[in-house]
Amino acid sequence: MSMDNFGLYKLMHEDAPKNNNPLLEQPTLAKTHTTDPIVTGTSVLAIKFNGGVAIAADTLASYGSMARFRDIERLKSFGKYTIVGASGEYSDFQYIEEQVKQSLIDRDYQLDDGRSTTPREIYQYLVRVLYNRRNKFDPLYNVLVIAGYENGKAFLGQTDYLGTHFEDVTLATGYGSYIAQPILRKFYSEKNGNITEQEAKDILKKCLTVLFYRDARAADKVQIAVINDQGPKIDEPIKLETQWTFKGF
Amino acid sequence: MFRNQYDTDITTWSPAGRLHQVEYAMEAVKQGSACVGLKSNTLVVIGSLKRSPHAELSSYQKKLAKIDDHIGFGIAGLASDGRVLIKNARTQAINHKYTYDTPISVQRLVLQISDKSQVSTQRSSKRPYGVGLLISGYDEQTGTHLFQTEPSGNYYEYKAIAIGARSQSARTYFEKNYQTFEEADEETLILHALRALKGTTGDNVELTSKNASISIVGKDRKYKLIEEEQLEPYLAKLEENAAATTEQQPAEQQDDVDEEMVQ
Repeated sequence: MSMDNFGLYKLMHEDAPKNNNPLLEQPTLAKTHTTDPIVTGTSVLAIKFNGGVAIAADTLASYGSMARFRDIERLKSFGKYTIVGASGEYSDFQYIEEQVKQSLIDRDYQLDDGRSTTPREIYQYLVRVLYNRRNKFDPLYNVLVIAGYENGKAFLGQTDYLGTHFEDVTLATGYGSYIAQPILRKFYSEKNGNITEQEAKDILKKCLTVLFYRDARAADKVQIAVINDQGPKIDEPIKLETQWTFKGF
Repeated sequence: MFRNQYDTDITTWSPAGRLHQVEYAMEAVKQGSACVGLKSNTLVVIGSLKRSPHAELSSYQKKLAKIDDHIGFGIAGLASDGRVLIKNARTQAINHKYTYDTPISVQRLVLQISDKSQVSTQRSSKRPYGVGLLISGYDEQTGTHLFQTEPSGNYYEYKAIAIGARSQSARTYFEKNYQTFEEADEETLILHALRALKGTTGDNVELTSKNASISIVGKDRKYKLIEEEQLEPYLAKLEENAAATTEQQPAEQQDDVDEEMVQ
């Protein structure tokens, strides 16, 4: 992706024809916003099962096409009932995590009134924050998946840097929305939504493996997390088993 | 209450360690017509006694307000001050719904309203709100709540409480009966509220469908206001059960007040 969206480099370069426009002489004084993500995570996948939600992502943060940070967490627990997974700009996700923890999760402890922020509250709050930043033309460059389990109800929703938001029983971001989502939807409808925790984890693992084969930004080191009535549980990273001896390869 | 040299400024302490203006505001609450509240495990009921400047010609001052589907206010004291807090609470409720897509927590709303009241006891350019509130609310995580707020910024949570003129008799009634409230159904709670209200009407005033009103919030239901003809069946039942009613204490001595100001 271009780092020079307005072709300023060409105009400023020594060899470039001199331009008398004074604005072009000090282009760095202009206020700049994030127009491209720099350090990025790829797909996040999630599926509801009986009594909870499973969510998964690999542990890679890429710098362009370079596999730059190979052991970062893209799944974070937000309080007692919620796990958020992030694709896109990793620094923006770190910022979001800090803000939400301060303004929502820490507040629950400060007030000490027996209430804990629910998955839906976190989801809607994130939607508002992301949409607000898009309206400032300074987006937080993420696609977020919010998975939760509270009061006997599973929650699964997605929002992105435009503030677009929706809920579904299976979700996948990025490349996963093309490759994993059809697999997850087929699995979910074949099972009539009657899925065990282990089955959910297995199908996510299978989808991550398919993505590792087809998505050049994906890694084979992944984390699978579950949120149920026991609260959030994010497993340690595991290595995907792969098979490269096919003739086609 | 007597005037003294320490009561013209809100923020000036008396040597006895009191803020007289704040205490006068609390007095305005005691002189407003009564509000009673009680709750079960699933429902919270507020009942109010309304005043009318000229019983036949004018309407009665409304004292119960819906804040959201799950929160109701009842006011005693200066009704106009009450409206300010009601408007503020409604704004907070709707903003919470927009930002979080869930109903605002009752406890947190009460905290914010009380913090707002506290500020006006500490700024020289303000005066305390001359209103006490009963706040009923239902919360998915923590169940039913009934709060009382004061002009001082204090707030308390109760199983049953009454504020306003002659409210002592209602509190006494609740003290005798509160143990049965937890499992009580809607009708029983309403009748308890009306019976408690009946003791606050004062001499020569009957409890009628004109001067009484009831609000209910609770689990899996929306705020409901019961007044006018909808209240008649309950008042009729009150008459039937009158014989069985527990004996009540005599009403409190009442100061002379300007009833047009204090609702």
